[in-house]
Amino acid sequence: MWDYTSKVKDHFLNPRNVGEIPDADAVGEVGSLACGDALKLYLKLDEAKEKIVDAKFQTFGCASAIASSSALTEMLKGKTLDEALAVSNQDIAEFLGGLPEEKMHCSVMGQEALEVAICTYRGLEVPEHDAEHDHGHAYPEYEGTLVCKCFGITDAFLKKVIETNKLTTVEQVTHFTKAGGACGGCIPKIKELIAEVLGQQTAQPQPKTGKLSNLKKMQLVQEVLERDIRPMLLADGGDLELVDIEGDTVQIAFRKACAGCSSSGNTARFVEMKLRELVHDDLRVQEVPA
Amino acid sequence: MKEIYLDNNATTKVDEAVFEEMRPYFCELYGNPSSMHFFGGQVQGKVTEARKRVADLLGATPDEIIFTACGTESDNAAIRSALEVLPDRRHIITSRVEHPAVLTQCRNLRQKGYRVTEVGVDNVGRLDMEEYKRAIDDDTAIVSFMWANNETGVIFPVEEAAAIAKARGALFHTDAVQAVGKVPINMAASQIDLLALSGHKLHAPKGIGALYLRRGTPFRPLLVGGHQEQSRRAGTENAAAIIALGKACQLAGQHMQTENSTVKAKRDRLQDALMRAIPHARINGDGAERLPNTTSIAFEFVEGEAILLLLSELGICASSGSACTSGSLEPSHVLRAMGVPFTCAHGSIRFSLSRYTTDAEIDAVIQAMPRIIARLREMSPFGREHLKG
Repeated sequence: MWDYTSKVKDHFLNPRNVGEIPDADAVGEVGSLACGDALKLYLKLDEAKEKIVDAKFQTFGCASAIASSSALTEMLKGKTLDEALAVSNQDIAEFLGGLPEEKMHCSVMGQEALEVAICTYRGLEVPEHDAEHDHGHAYPEYEGTLVCKCFGITDAFLKKVIETNKLTTVEQVTHFTKAGGACGGCIPKIKELIAEVLGQQTAQPQPKTGKLSNLKKMQLVQEVLERDIRPMLLADGGDLELVDIEGDTVQIAFRKACAGCSSSGNTARFVEMKLRELVHDDLRVQEVPA
Repeated sequence: MKEIYLDNNATTKVDEAVFEEMRPYFCELYGNPSSMHFFGGQVQGKVTEARKRVADLLGATPDEIIFTACGTESDNAAIRSALEVLPDRRHIITSRVEHPAVLTQCRNLRQKGYRVTEVGVDNVGRLDMEEYKRAIDDDTAIVSFMWANNETGVIFPVEEAAAIAKARGALFHTDAVQAVGKVPINMAASQIDLLALSGHKLHAPKGIGALYLRRGTPFRPLLVGGHQEQSRRAGTENAAAIIALGKACQLAGQHMQTENSTVKAKRDRLQDALMRAIPHARINGDGAERLPNTTSIAFEFVEGEAILLLLSELGICASSGSACTSGSLEPSHVLRAMGVPFTCAHGSIRFSLSRYTTDAEIDAVIQAMPRIIARLREMSPFGREHLKG
């Protein structure tokens, strides 16, 4: 069972502001039935069209999705539009006394709906929605390139979430945004984005020249294969196996789609390049029969 | 709050008679059944009795029963062994709706170079026998199909499938964790080579399982390092739990009729009432042969975790095929394999009954459920047009 705070439970069991505002000034809708959660947010402004005087929601989703929506509407009342735009997903989670990490995407959904509502109200162009998936590329600021095809999430959106929440692993990114949670095909790309945001190389800098003990060498080679290479191959339906290391020769065997693939020579070259870059300059990759 | 427990496919209450049977084997009769002295010997006697009781429930002989720690261990041991005793065969057949104990193992083996076929099911969860017949060949080492599905209760024609495997020289294993004690099983008249069962699904404690291994079937143990279980599963016997499993199997045999009459009647009453009271719902696996105690119902426009937590507030324990309860993002692989649309899969709830389930408990769920679904649909942005009419 999820370890929900009493505040989450309260906002789930007694949600505030459920419903529609028929003459709402701004409406933001994200998610879909297929995604497993969706939120429609309604905002009513004062006469000067500056302050939010009422907020209501309709949510399809789990307990934390409903609680996040309820919390968001409570937080928004009385705020100006600019103040509202400053509300982050962490603010929503904090208001609820925290959310399990696997459920952080619910708070992100709240914040998304808010931005869609305000962008639309301000006349900023909202790109056409993908019928199935709206998360991430639902609003203009985060158009970018599509990274997670399953959940329709763009690189710009992911970068923002990685940055504001200081995420460092793919798992965390999945918990916060759902990206990578279905087919996993975009996991290598998510890794690149994390590295980009953190402003560092995908891998820790390692000694590239000089003497390496055999044990250390094996360990590093294995690390690089597991972390930087196999996920990419797996994403394309391929795989490789480390067969042996003799001196500076790393013997690998291609598996699955890579085995017998006409471009496996290129893949071997790529592996060699990566190993030289991250482990040692003298390494050579040799392909052995599967 | 008194619980209304309708999650018996997850785990079951230990029968009091089962607990009484095992109780003396902790503080008093704690001897090691393998010991040479009288003190261990009397435990050995009870373990032998338990083995006979498990065998009786399955229509097997006692030497065909290997005690393990759980259903998962039995599944792992069965598949591993088959691949070792048939080393020239590199193909595994299983189904898309197996329990992770089988599916994860097969997918790991695929990474190791084995060819794995996951046979599909139709939209009510029935195994695609034609696909299976096309997939099997002389390279197939093992076929592993579950006897009954844990989420939907749909029963597979394992005897027919086993005959097809035997004709090709492959071994046949079945994960019968959900079936044992609920449907009659007679291994004496079967071609199944291996069968996994788990104690805590039939009112024995957690941490005990068994593997049926047909006499004469070659076997390589998963655990080595001791002569226990005729060197087929090393490790000191979990004597108290084995004795409990024996008692639970004996009781299951006695209650088999109840399972298929009284329990089934309660299940039918529950699902009929819910289907009548709640629009836009469907029974997953409706029309297929199913376990007498299980029903899985998809409610459109609402999400499973929210339903479960509202039920839980009333003391009602059920389970869901929803992604949100597990932390994963995709709804149940079983419902997906059946082609249940995403829109329904997210709102699927499984009720699984036992012989302890009372009519009053069924009434409580029949009362609570329509209100819970209505409340969540009221909150949901979807389905307004459908529900108005």
